[in-house]
Amino acid sequence: MADKVLMKGNEAIAESAIIAGCRHYFGYPITPQTEIAAYMAKRMPKIGGTFLQAESEIAAINMVYGVSSAGYRVMTSSSSPGISLKGEGLSYMAGSDLPALVVNVQRGGPGLGGIQPSQSDYFQATKGGAHGDFKMIVLAPSSVQEMAALTVKGFELADKYRMTAMILADGTMGQMMEPVELDFEVKPSPEKPWATNGTKMQRTHNIVNSLSLVPEELERLNFERFERYAIVERDEVMYEEYLMDDAEICIAAFGIAARVAKNAIVKAREKGIKVGMIRPITLWPFPKAPFKKAAEQVKHIISVELSMGQMIEDVKLASECKVPVTLCNRAGGMIPTPEQVLAHIEDIYSGGAK
Amino acid sequence: MAKLTFKTDKCKGCGLCIDACPKKLLRLAPDKINIKGHHPVEITNQDECIGCAFCATMCPDCVIKVER
Amino acid sequence: MVVFDKPKALADVSMHYCPGCTHGIVHRLVAEVIDELGIEGKTIGVAPVGCSVMAYNYFNCDMIEAAHGRAPAVATGVKRANPSEHIVFTYQGDGDLASIGMAETVHAAARNENITIIFINNAIYGMTGGQMAPTSLPGQVTQTSPYGRDVNHCGYPIRVCEMLSELEGPEYLERVTVNNVKNVNKAKKAIKKAFQNQIDGKGFSLIEVVSTCPTNWGMTPANALKWLDENMLPYYPLGVYKDRSAKEE
Repeated sequence: MADKVLMKGNEAIAESAIIAGCRHYFGYPITPQTEIAAYMAKRMPKIGGTFLQAESEIAAINMVYGVSSAGYRVMTSSSSPGISLKGEGLSYMAGSDLPALVVNVQRGGPGLGGIQPSQSDYFQATKGGAHGDFKMIVLAPSSVQEMAALTVKGFELADKYRMTAMILADGTMGQMMEPVELDFEVKPSPEKPWATNGTKMQRTHNIVNSLSLVPEELERLNFERFERYAIVERDEVMYEEYLMDDAEICIAAFGIAARVAKNAIVKAREKGIKVGMIRPITLWPFPKAPFKKAAEQVKHIISVELSMGQMIEDVKLASECKVPVTLCNRAGGMIPTPEQVLAHIEDIYSGGAK
Repeated sequence: MAKLTFKTDKCKGCGLCIDACPKKLLRLAPDKINIKGHHPVEITNQDECIGCAFCATMCPDCVIKVER
Repeated sequence: MVVFDKPKALADVSMHYCPGCTHGIVHRLVAEVIDELGIEGKTIGVAPVGCSVMAYNYFNCDMIEAAHGRAPAVATGVKRANPSEHIVFTYQGDGDLASIGMAETVHAAARNENITIIFINNAIYGMTGGQMAPTSLPGQVTQTSPYGRDVNHCGYPIRVCEMLSELEGPEYLERVTVNNVKNVNKAKKAIKKAFQNQIDGKGFSLIEVVSTCPTNWGMTPANALKWLDENMLPYYPLGVYKDRSAKEE
């Protein structure tokens, strides 16, 4: 067992990326994730890696595109407005089937918004995030330990499926400090025979490309890509169930919202209300099965979110509208309190479902 | 003695080679049409060609091979 | 003895360019340089969005298709992935490099990124059918400047080499053209130097090639070369705009 060290969430991501074999980081300063860039700026030169502050978010994601094309593990990180700028690159990477890790430490929006934590980029992350049919693997850590572990996992999944893996954290997760263990077993990068790293005059040239002017061909590529996505949906769903065995009310929450909800659940249980929680760890692929199962068991599902209600749509779809699903939320950088969630639970319990 | 060989089917009939030839030996074949639908370049008098490769230098489509 | 034939680094395919388009000449020059320097096996090219978007099919080295204007950023990534083993070039038009991708261009130059950029300036957007480019001349008629480019309305064309030459960063900036045999040979020399600079680790080299677009200019290929000579070259003078090593020597 390795010793535990006290780290900020953002730093845990950065160090774990290095452990995962990432030697190239490109980014642009934006609150509340800049610690990742600062950490990389310090560490990368000491280990023969590359840290480069790009001229823009757009340039940063395209530098990622270049390194990934050459077959290396690579990452960038940003916060909400910056991720919007990276959208173009994310779409091109999907169209070229390039793996990479992208971190979004979310802040309140829309527009320039604020710098306090938010989960309002759920739609952007899970429904594509830019033009064209594509998906990203979206990982939602709920502790600094998970920030670290999911970073390593993200690189592995990205390489395995030739997709972008996104860590969808928020300002709280990025800034808070917790003890972490960083003794990960890392699966090395697989062979990448498609990489543009020079033919060495030993093979025909590789082309990394998302252009396909023949619609029949482009359609075929889309269908093939979605066959791969179907495997991800089948094999890579991650979630945590908390006190669901006897639950009559189910809370759906991820990231920081799940931690708030846990406190509320403990208090509700003290009052004799049987509440449990399903915490999606992968937001895409979304854990549909546990919510479908829960809908056969519980009377009500509450989606606790730091947004105007985004994941709630997936919860409703997964539970097939068999039970009411209500939203308990704050937005714009505000965080629901355990008291707010408890009040919502008690309201439901006493029959006051909205 | 110089020899020009033409990849006739790659010719787009742009004529840049014709203007480049110092001996004015090239023309677009009036009675031929290539696979692209262009009148391709041809040499009118191979014997007078000096193999300067000016034609090939100006050709955007690598139609002309020059031997000397 | 063969004195002229298709270079090996150029794919044996028919390119999609219009008759008389000078893209073909510049592609060939790049391929000839790759052959002569013996670097095909370690070269990675980055194609733009624009008429030369399908350049990835025309070179036998590894190729990447970048988003519009982002080629210098992509090239930065490829180069930094393995600086000693990757020779990286971008091939970009004026809309790609000097309009939507200006930030990427300027900052790659400012960083003296050790890459080679081949910049085709033909003063028009070719692929989309002839719209005004950042390098379209004052008064030039295009689809989106149908009454001629009005500098009071949409500003002046940008001289990229002159602008970049004000930066400390770049190693080598030269403007060439391919309107006749002599200039084609000079262009090749410049392109070769731009690749050699990269091999020698000297840094950012950009070769601007003043080029034609007979189709969208609405001229025969021969007349397009004449128009280039009479109109483009006075606004875009040929020459070396920066050569840091020469200065130091």
